[in-house]
Amino acid sequence: MSETASSSTAITGAEIFCRSLQAEGVEVVFGYPGGAVLHIYDALYRQDKVSHVLVRHEQGAVHAAEGYAKSCDKPGVALVTSGPGATNAITGIADAYMDSVPLVVFTGQVPTSLIGNDAFQEVDTVGITRPCVKHNFLVKDVKELATTIKKAFYVATTGRPGPVVVDIPKDVTADSCEFEYPESIRMRSYNPTSKGHTGQIRKAVELILSAKQPMIYTGGGVILGKGSEALTEFTRKLGYPITNTLMGLGGYPASDKQFLGMLGMHGTYEANMAMHHADVLIAIGARFDDRVTGNIEKFCPHAKIVHVDVDPSSISKNVKVDVPIVGEVEPVLRELIKGLNENGGKPDAEALATWWKQIEEWQAQDCLKYDQSSELIKPQYVVQKFWELTQGEAFVTSDVGQHQMWAAQFYRFDKPNRWINSGGLGTMGVGLPFAMGVQFAHPDATVGCITGEASIQMCIQELSTCFQYQLPLKILNLNNRYLGMVRQWQEFFYQGRYAMSYMDALPDFVKLAEAYGHVGIQVTQPGDVEGAIKEALAQKERLVFLDFITDQSENVYPMIPAGAGQNEMILV
Amino acid sequence: MRHIISVLLENEAGALSRVAGLFSARGYNIESLTVAPTDDPSLSRMTIVTSGSDEIVEQITKQLNKLIDVIKLLDMTAYPHIEREMALVKVRVPEAADREEAKRLADIFRGRIIDVTHDTYVVEITGEGSKLDAFLEALQPFPVLEVVRSGVMGIARGDVSLQI
Repeated sequence: MSETASSSTAITGAEIFCRSLQAEGVEVVFGYPGGAVLHIYDALYRQDKVSHVLVRHEQGAVHAAEGYAKSCDKPGVALVTSGPGATNAITGIADAYMDSVPLVVFTGQVPTSLIGNDAFQEVDTVGITRPCVKHNFLVKDVKELATTIKKAFYVATTGRPGPVVVDIPKDVTADSCEFEYPESIRMRSYNPTSKGHTGQIRKAVELILSAKQPMIYTGGGVILGKGSEALTEFTRKLGYPITNTLMGLGGYPASDKQFLGMLGMHGTYEANMAMHHADVLIAIGARFDDRVTGNIEKFCPHAKIVHVDVDPSSISKNVKVDVPIVGEVEPVLRELIKGLNENGGKPDAEALATWWKQIEEWQAQDCLKYDQSSELIKPQYVVQKFWELTQGEAFVTSDVGQHQMWAAQFYRFDKPNRWINSGGLGTMGVGLPFAMGVQFAHPDATVGCITGEASIQMCIQELSTCFQYQLPLKILNLNNRYLGMVRQWQEFFYQGRYAMSYMDALPDFVKLAEAYGHVGIQVTQPGDVEGAIKEALAQKERLVFLDFITDQSENVYPMIPAGAGQNEMILV
Repeated sequence: MRHIISVLLENEAGALSRVAGLFSARGYNIESLTVAPTDDPSLSRMTIVTSGSDEIVEQITKQLNKLIDVIKLLDMTAYPHIEREMALVKVRVPEAADREEAKRLADIFRGRIIDVTHDTYVVEITGEGSKLDAFLEALQPFPVLEVVRSGVMGIARGDVSLQI
């Protein structure tokens, strides 16, 4: 090819960036401009296929991208500038890493000639993000840009998903070369396993059918691996009880009679007791997190364990398992169902009936009961009403703390990808930007953000973004004037010394919402809860901030205290 | 138990820090780590000596495999293998008698003197770590000025080999 021909088709790195995103089918980028990404912003401005959402803080950009990705089948994309832009994005990146959210985060970088010179707005982004990404890249040559972006999306979305950071120096976005986006990519060092091992599947089927007191325990992997349908078929076929982790809610329909509720520290009594007494545990897309297992020494003392996970390092990390199956949840579940059919054996009906009888006794404890006659608003009641009034069809985000647990306990998710929260990192402040991302993915859906007066203030600036893009979110602020979960632990374990857990000098949330151009409603009486939620839902075009003044003394029950086993729950 | 793990990884900027970072982030022991490009310049080969229970070593190998830059690895401990380490030792030998004794010791350990000044020798010695330890022990009577150890390299015997 002659030089003239090649230079005539050459485009800048910034344009390559846009064209690559278009080729990936990216519809929306959450970001915030700055010096190092000005060429990219200029190129974004001059095209109309990829839209850009301007957040008010880079943390919000990454969380919004997470919310987007968690609620639909696409990776989230964020774009921030170098230096403080990148450091502000770290919390979101770490959050996505802990919860395996497919995310591609583009960070600007100072020009290659200045890297290492302590230039203005320079940080070692690749170095800082290394421990909290699935992978990261520094693009040093414009010729590598398109391939690197292809790799980034490939790595982020395959295997166990996760965040990938692509750091792009400013000169790379100005330099030109010919653009060709790779159709597909192969990396010799990265080949995630999809199908399970046939021999292991057979062993698992035999063990599953031999169970007298079986339990199915599934996590976020079922949601991420789009395995809900297969899981439901598998579980109904067996008639076994099932529990979901916090991240796994919606993976199995919560209104189904085989569902025992969430397990773990604030899970239901029946789910935790069934775990403790199980003889065969079938763990699918779950990682035996410490908030689930309680004291590991006391975890499932009688159970043989089958563990299905796409990430080999999740297997036997915390708990030694008997039949590991490495593979994607959906195909493995299909193979398990096939294996059950081929085996022809049936679960032990008599043993199963006895087991269900035992479970019903645990269920009779009614572990989620709370005072319905209180003159104060009970936070559980607010969530329950929101569930009823949205017919369980809303997308619900939460922040972190007591309200998160009540949302998980009382909003019963029948579908996957509807429950968006921060499980692994436990990041306060995610709720509002998560909800923004969800609303962009589902413009017509009802998106609720169940939050608390402490969490919501950690990314409150995003109310401005919501106004700019007219996002009609429903914010349910369970305002107990305390860092509720901290207060609860101080009540239980620090003799009521409430160090720094009281949120003094709170803003007037109604005025605050109004100042940002939204509707604010304060609710102080239990009798007004339902009406206020109805009012908020009726305002289809507006963001409504419902500030519920709730009972300050309410605690989350039941609870496995630190160091205890799953059979040692504190009940109400 | 001590394990010696060989790793083939992409010879790319930052690959070493991914491995080093993994060990510090997850609190794994690291006794030594050596790395250099292979005959294929796009690949690096790393030898890591670590220790831990079977469960921990299993996690170490899984976590290493999970790193995107890691192509393949082999826990040598499971196979007959050869380990080698090199040391460069600078000793002060101002007296003729010392020089003779140091030379004799180097010969016994099949070391080579690769630098000579009027009062120092630099000895190059290769072998398993324990042999190097023994040599340094034997040099005790002399003032040892510097010791440089390469860390352990390993290769499996026979048909077992780590390649793409």
